[in-house]
Amino acid sequence: MTGVLVIGAGPAGLAAARAALRAGASVTLLDSSDQLGGQYWRHLPDSRAGVREDRLHHGWDRFRALQDELLEHPGCEVVPSAQVWAIERLDEGLVVHVHVGPPDGNRRPSRELTPDAIVIATGAYDRTLPFPGWDLPGVFSAGAAQALAKGERVAVGGRVVVAGAGPFLLPVAASLAQTGARVLGVYEASRPRALARGWLPRPWRLLGATSKFGELASYALSHVRHRIPYRVGHAVIAAHGTDRVEQVTVARLDARWAPIPGTERRIDADAVCVSHGFTPRIELAIAAGCDIRPDRFVRVDDRQHTSVPGVFAAGEITGIGGVDAALAEGAIAGHGAAGGGADDPAVRRDLARRATFTDFAARIEAAHGIRPGWTGWLRPDTLVCRCEEVPYGRLRETGRATCSTSLRSLKLSTRAGLGICQGRVCGRTVEDLLGRESPGGLLDGTSTDRRPIASPVRIGELAAAHGRHTSAATDAARHQHQ
Amino acid sequence: MASRMFPSRDDRIQPAEAPPVALTIDGQRVSGLRGQTIAGVLLASGRLSWRTTSAGATPRGVFCGIGVCFDCIVTVNGDRDVRACQRRADDGDVILTQYDDLPGHDDQPQHDELTRRDELPGAAS
Repeated sequence: MTGVLVIGAGPAGLAAARAALRAGASVTLLDSSDQLGGQYWRHLPDSRAGVREDRLHHGWDRFRALQDELLEHPGCEVVPSAQVWAIERLDEGLVVHVHVGPPDGNRRPSRELTPDAIVIATGAYDRTLPFPGWDLPGVFSAGAAQALAKGERVAVGGRVVVAGAGPFLLPVAASLAQTGARVLGVYEASRPRALARGWLPRPWRLLGATSKFGELASYALSHVRHRIPYRVGHAVIAAHGTDRVEQVTVARLDARWAPIPGTERRIDADAVCVSHGFTPRIELAIAAGCDIRPDRFVRVDDRQHTSVPGVFAAGEITGIGGVDAALAEGAIAGHGAAGGGADDPAVRRDLARRATFTDFAARIEAAHGIRPGWTGWLRPDTLVCRCEEVPYGRLRETGRATCSTSLRSLKLSTRAGLGICQGRVCGRTVEDLLGRESPGGLLDGTSTDRRPIASPVRIGELAAAHGRHTSAATDAARHQHQ
Repeated sequence: MASRMFPSRDDRIQPAEAPPVALTIDGQRVSGLRGQTIAGVLLASGRLSWRTTSAGATPRGVFCGIGVCFDCIVTVNGDRDVRACQRRADDGDVILTQYDDLPGHDDQPQHDELTRRDELPGAAS
């Protein structure tokens, strides 16, 4: 029987696990959280389970059905609280190194998995562009507001501004309002012309995506009900306060996202939630050796197969397409990983759905993609790297002074991207800003997405694993001697 | 007003009543509900920040909320660098806020002793 490992239990991973099981494989499903559902279906813990959790979610019944089928299936091992910290490429194949236990725990048991096939479905997280004051407490990524609202029923503030770009701002504002916060406004950076460019062409192709419209319409209704203003062509360009956010500055943007002088307005707020799009979590795909496309998503073929034999990818790491695309891609990937054929009846519906919904990725990019003028709101003292506290001015000056065209060397000389988050928050921004300083771009062909150690590991845990391996090796050696 | 927990009685989701958990942060007692993360308990108590940065000595709390940014790290029962937004609070957890001085400041206490905000150089005492 084929053993399929699925990494990530969001919509794509859940769909992959189910499809692989239905195609006859045995499945191990890992997630770093102790719950299934990923960020999209993040929900209250069992100890506080909501009677009407469905009111906070789209497709909640679909999630429950997926979860029930996986938990009850004898061929499925669900491993929650599982942190994959490395994927090793050996001649015999890939070895997936996992710690199982509380997040950032100590002395967690480790597992090394050598599956026949892997589906990587690690999802994405918010990309937040820096702006003056974004390091103040009270500035959150939009995903943080969403996670705390859905997972804990905690509102990050009382008077909250939501800003950035993309359709994700709408459910975040809706969740905040449903968690008792007053949402003062949603500020979308893109201007009407860009929005039209993304969403108006080929409208017949959107016809299959009517569930998406239902979801968007419910957010719009929620905005009307909670009287949340929605402004396009505007951005939060600064947050103010001494040790926490007290005010934000909102300004109009031009088509390149540069703030238009004279349009600034201050708003009293105790929290601001910002997202300018998403960064896919591709470090495990890179560690597995998967080819990455120029737009920095994992390259897959029409079976969701990556460039590495036996490794499949699905969901947001192959393009930001939303839940419906993720479910379809996951099902196709899981079916393929289990050895199923590309045109089996079992996946025919998913192939059609994928064609409908992956169109969304291109539309979102055209309508809401980051425009280069955003640097107009940076100041020399605006932190770019939050961990190492590297300000924009120093980053730029060091880049110019060293005349280096190597990202690796520039990271070392500026320290940007070298902190504990491993460049997850600032990496792409640092590449963008440094690339602008060196004509011809950065030339060493590396990227901030490469993280051979995918999550921090305590030395003691490494030593324990090493001790186990060496004792096994010593045993083997002794055995040979005898 | 600041960050806060939505009262269950007003909540259309109708969360089940969960048993309380109590933790201490730098010796101060804070209570929450079983199943909450440490960050959730702290935010629900109105705290927005707990870590102090090394270079600028500025306050930090939750930023990404999903385990990516590491801004919210705390020491939990002696283990350093635990992401407060990822770790669920256990009854009796002893949380210390973190401040790691930059290396080379020999005239100042070692960072192991400097894990409590009230011991920060220049902090009001």
